[in-house]
Amino acid sequence: MKFPGPKHKIITEAAQTFTFTRRTMVLGAIQGGIGALLAARMAWISIAENEKYTLLSESNRVNLTLIPPRRGWIIDRNGRPLANNRTDFRVDLIPQRVVDADATVKHLAQLLSLESDEVDRIREELDKSAGFRPVQVADKLTYDQYAAVSVRLPDLPGVAPSQGFSRHYPAGSTVGHLLGYVGAATAEEYKERKNPLLITPGFKVGKDGLERAFDEHLTGEPGAKRVEVTARGKIVRELTTRPDTPGHPIKLTIDAGLQEYAGRRLATQSGSVVVIDCTNGDVLAMASMPSFDPNSFSDGISQLEWAMLSQDDHVPLRNKTLQGLYPPGSTVKPMVALALLEAGIGPQETVGCAGALRVGNTLFHCHKRRGHGAVNMRTAIAQSCDIYFYQMAQRIGMDRIAAMARRCGMGQRFDLPFPSQSYGTVPDPAWKLKKYDQKWQVYDTVNATIGQGYMLINPLQMAVMAARLATGKQLMPNFLHGAKRPAPSSVGASEEHLAIIRDAMSAVVNGGGTGGAARMAIPDVLIAGKTGTAQVRRITMAERAGGVRRDASLAFKLRDHALFQGFAPFDNPRYAVGCIIEHGGHMIRNEDAPMIASDTLSYLFDPKKAMEKLETLEKGWGGTPTERQARQMGAFRLARAIEKGEVPPPVADNASNAAEAGNSATPQPAPPTPDEAGDVPPPPGSNVADVP
Amino acid sequence: MSIIPQPLTQFPWRVLALLLAIAMFGTLVLYSAAGGSIFPWATNQAVRFCVFSAMALVLSRIPLETFARFAFPAYASVLIALFLVELIGGVRGGSQRWINLGFMQLQPSEFMKPIIVLAVARFYARLPVGDIRSWNAIWPALVLIGVPWSLVLIQPDLGTATMILAGGVTVMFLAGLPLRLFIGSGLTLAAIVPIAFSFLHDYQQKRVLIFMDPESDPLGAGYHISQSKIAIGSGGIWGKGFLQGSQSHLDYLPEGHTDFVFATMAEEWGMAGGILLIGAFMLLFRWGLRVAMRTSDRFARLVAAGLTTTIFFYVAINLMMVMGLAPVVGIPLPFMSYGGSSMLTVMLCVGIIMAIDRSNSRASNPGNWG
Repeated sequence: MKFPGPKHKIITEAAQTFTFTRRTMVLGAIQGGIGALLAARMAWISIAENEKYTLLSESNRVNLTLIPPRRGWIIDRNGRPLANNRTDFRVDLIPQRVVDADATVKHLAQLLSLESDEVDRIREELDKSAGFRPVQVADKLTYDQYAAVSVRLPDLPGVAPSQGFSRHYPAGSTVGHLLGYVGAATAEEYKERKNPLLITPGFKVGKDGLERAFDEHLTGEPGAKRVEVTARGKIVRELTTRPDTPGHPIKLTIDAGLQEYAGRRLATQSGSVVVIDCTNGDVLAMASMPSFDPNSFSDGISQLEWAMLSQDDHVPLRNKTLQGLYPPGSTVKPMVALALLEAGIGPQETVGCAGALRVGNTLFHCHKRRGHGAVNMRTAIAQSCDIYFYQMAQRIGMDRIAAMARRCGMGQRFDLPFPSQSYGTVPDPAWKLKKYDQKWQVYDTVNATIGQGYMLINPLQMAVMAARLATGKQLMPNFLHGAKRPAPSSVGASEEHLAIIRDAMSAVVNGGGTGGAARMAIPDVLIAGKTGTAQVRRITMAERAGGVRRDASLAFKLRDHALFQGFAPFDNPRYAVGCIIEHGGHMIRNEDAPMIASDTLSYLFDPKKAMEKLETLEKGWGGTPTERQARQMGAFRLARAIEKGEVPPPVADNASNAAEAGNSATPQPAPPTPDEAGDVPPPPGSNVADVP
Repeated sequence: MSIIPQPLTQFPWRVLALLLAIAMFGTLVLYSAAGGSIFPWATNQAVRFCVFSAMALVLSRIPLETFARFAFPAYASVLIALFLVELIGGVRGGSQRWINLGFMQLQPSEFMKPIIVLAVARFYARLPVGDIRSWNAIWPALVLIGVPWSLVLIQPDLGTATMILAGGVTVMFLAGLPLRLFIGSGLTLAAIVPIAFSFLHDYQQKRVLIFMDPESDPLGAGYHISQSKIAIGSGGIWGKGFLQGSQSHLDYLPEGHTDFVFATMAEEWGMAGGILLIGAFMLLFRWGLRVAMRTSDRFARLVAAGLTTTIFFYVAINLMMVMGLAPVVGIPLPFMSYGGSSMLTVMLCVGIIMAIDRSNSRASNPGNWG
C-alpha cells in the first residue's frame, strides 16, 4: 500500500487477514497431522509391537534365580557319608542397604570373630560392589553365630543372614586326594558348557578326584525361584518356586573308618597307604598325606593357605597314590622270586652272599656289608639279601622277570575314575632299546631285580601287586561298590609256588626278617609283607669308603623312600596293603612304612585297639592332622606377618619354637642308638650299589 | 436475550471442562505413579491446578490492551533475568537455570515461552502493514527471538530453546512473511544438518545415534527411551489396568511422574487412554486456533495462535520424546506431568487466550456494551 511496485504485491489489511486465516488453517492442519502421527505411532508400539514389549516388560519385572541343586552324597561301603551337604548358615551384606559400612563391618567382625585379612577382603568387595549383588561376610557359621547376627538385625541394616547348603567332608584332609574337592566353575568351564547354573552363586562343580570324575552323576537338577524385583534389584515378592532335585549319591568301596585311620596313621610323614580287598580288588582305603582339607578348598581357599600348601616339601597338593612314582626297591623281591620259581629255580638252592658282587666292572653291594653267608629263597626274601637276587636274576634273564612284574600289576594302567594317573615302568631289553636306543646290560637286570634303576611304581600299583601275590589272581582295583566285573584271570603261578612266597613274606615280618616292625598285635593274625628302601641319590665310591651317611644327617629331599607291601592273614589273605613313605629313611620306627601298613591292616581286624594305639601315638605327633594343620597355618601366618613387618619378631627362641612346632610337627629324630639299631633291622638295600 | 445471565454464558465453560478433564486424568495417573497414594504428587497437582485455573480466569478479565502494553517490558525483564541466571551460573561454575528469590526458585526461561509470542506479536502488530515484505519486518523479530534463544541454549536447555525458537517463528509465519523465506531456510537447514553432524564430537554423534536406535544402548543413554517404549508397548490396547503398571511401580521407568508421565499413563490405560488424551489436547488446540481466527485485532490473533502453538509444542515434543521420535529433552506434558512452572506457563497461555476470546464475544455482541 505504501510502496506499490511491480515486484511487490499490494498488501492491505484485508489481504493480511486473509493470509493469517489461511496460514492458521495450515498450522491447524499441521497440528492435526502431528496429532494423527502420534496416535499412529502409539498404535504401532502398543498393538503391532505389543508382544515384544510385553516380553521386555516381563523380563524387567521378573527375576529368575536358580537354586543350586544339592550335590549327591558320596558314601562308603557301609553307607557312612564321605561327602555330604551341610546346612550352611551364612551372612551376606547388601551394599545398597548398608547405612554405615564401617560400623557394620566392625560389628560383624566382632560378632563372628573374623580374621583381619577377611575384614580387608569384605571392605574391598564392598567398595567394588555393584549395589545389590551381595558381598559374602562369612559362611559355614554355627547356629549360634547365625542366631547372634539374626537377633541384631534391626541394628544392622543391609546384613542378610541366610541358609543354604555347602559340601562337607567329615573326614577332612584324609579324604582330600581320594574325593577331590568342589569349587565355583571357572570362566572357561562356563564358556564351554554355557549353562547358566555354572554362574549361579553357591553352585559348585567337582574340581578333582572322584568329585570331578562323577561330577555329572552327583549334580542334580537346579530349582528355580521367580521373584518380582524393582529396577534397583529389591525383591518385591516371590512369584513361584520350584525346588531343586538333589544329585544321585555314589557308593564307594572305601571304608570310611579305615580311610580316616590310614590318613591319620601316616603321621607327620609324606606318604600314602592303599588297602585292597583280596576277594575282589575293591579299594578299601587310599590315603595320601599330608593333604589339603577339601572343606577349606571347597569354600574358596585363602591365598595364605594356598601359599603354605604349595611351599610345603611334603607336597600336600599331589595325590601320591596315583601321581607319585617311586623306585619300588626291595618290595619287588617276592615278585622276582615268583618268576624264579616259574623259571624252575628251586626254593632251596642257595647263593653265597659275601656282601658284594662284581658284575662287569662294577661292584654291587648287599645292604649288609658283611654278607649273609649262604642264603636260600626264604632267607633271601626275609633278610632282603641283594646278592641272591643279583645272581639268580642273571640266570633267568630280565624278560621273564618283566613278564611276571606286568602280571603282578606293575606298569599297568588301571581304568580308574581319576582325572590324572601316573603309572610306573617295567623295564626290559625291548623297552630300553625303544626308549634309549641302547642295548640292555647285565647291570640293568641286577638293578631291576632290587627295584632300582628304571623300575618305577605308584602306591596303588604296589598294593595291587601285594594283592596279586597274595591271591595269585590278577585283581583289578575298583572304587565303585558293587561294580560288575569279569572274574580275574590268574597270575600264572601255581598254588605251591604262591605258598612258598607267602611263607617267605611271613618270615619277613614274623620270622626275624627285615619287617619285624610290621608284626601285628592281633592274636592269630599273621601279616606277611616285604620291606623296601628306594635310594634317591647316588652313593659315591668316596662316600662308601668313608662310610655311608645315615639318612638323619641328610636333607629331607635326599633321604631314602621307605616302602612296604603285604597282606594279612598270611595263610589266607583277606586284605592287601601298599605303603610308601617319601624320604622316610626308616628313621622313626613308629612312623615307618612297615608299622604304618601293619597298623592300618589291624584296624580291619580290631578297630578299637588300633584306634587306641593311634590316639596314643598322635599325642606324640602333636594331635590329629587337622590340629597339626591348624597349628602350621597359625605359624605360617605369624611368619608371614613378621616377614611383612606387621608384627615384631618375638624375642629369642619363642618364635623359632613356635615356628618349628607348627611347621611340620616333625619331632627331630634322634639318631638311633646302637641298642635300637639291633632291634630295627638295617634298611634293606639302602647301600646297595653305585647305581649307574 | 437469553434466560441465562450474561456473565454465565460468557464464562468459558467448555474449555474449562476440557482442562478439568485432562487435569483430573493427570492427577489420577500421578496417584498411581506414587504407588496408589495421593501423596506426594496428586494432591499438590490438584491444588496447583485450582490455583492456576483461578489465575487464568483472572487473566481472562484483563483487557487486551494491557497485554499489548506490557509485552515489551515483560520481555525485557525476563531477558534481564536470563542474563542474571547466566551470570550467577558463571560465577558458581556450573549450569544454572534458576534464580533463588529466597521464597521461591524462579526459572526465567519458562516464562520466555509465552512472552516471546507476546513480544513478536506486538512487534508485528505495530509494524506498518505494507512493511511486512521488507527486511525491516524480519531482523528485529530475529533479534527478539535470537537473544533469549541463545541464552537458553547455552544454559544448556535444548528443549526450552527449541520451544522459544518455534514459538517466535510461528508468529513470524502467521504475521505474513513471505512463504519462500520459510521454505528456503527449511531447505538450508535440511542441507546443513548432515554436514553439522560430521563436525560433532564422537560422543555427541553417539548421543544422536542412540536416539535413533535406543536399543543399542539400553542401559546407558538409551535407557529412558527404551523403558518408556516398553511401558507404552506393554500396555497394549486397553492397558494393564489402574495401579497395575509394573514399569512405573517397580521403578524401571525413570521420571515416571514428570517427563515420562505419558508412559506411566499408557502402561495402565493402554492405547485407548493415549488416543483419548491426544484427542483432548487436539480439542484444546482447535479451540485456541478458532479463537485466533475469530479475532480481527492483529496483535490478539497472533497471540492467540502463537500461544496455542506454544502449548502444542509442549505436547508434541513431549509425546515424540516419550515414543522415541525425538531425543530426550526435558519438556513436560501439560496438565499431566508433575511440576509447578510448566503448569503456570500453560495456564498463563490459556488465560490470555481466554481473555482474547472474551474480547471477541463482546465485540461480536454489540448489545452488551451498547
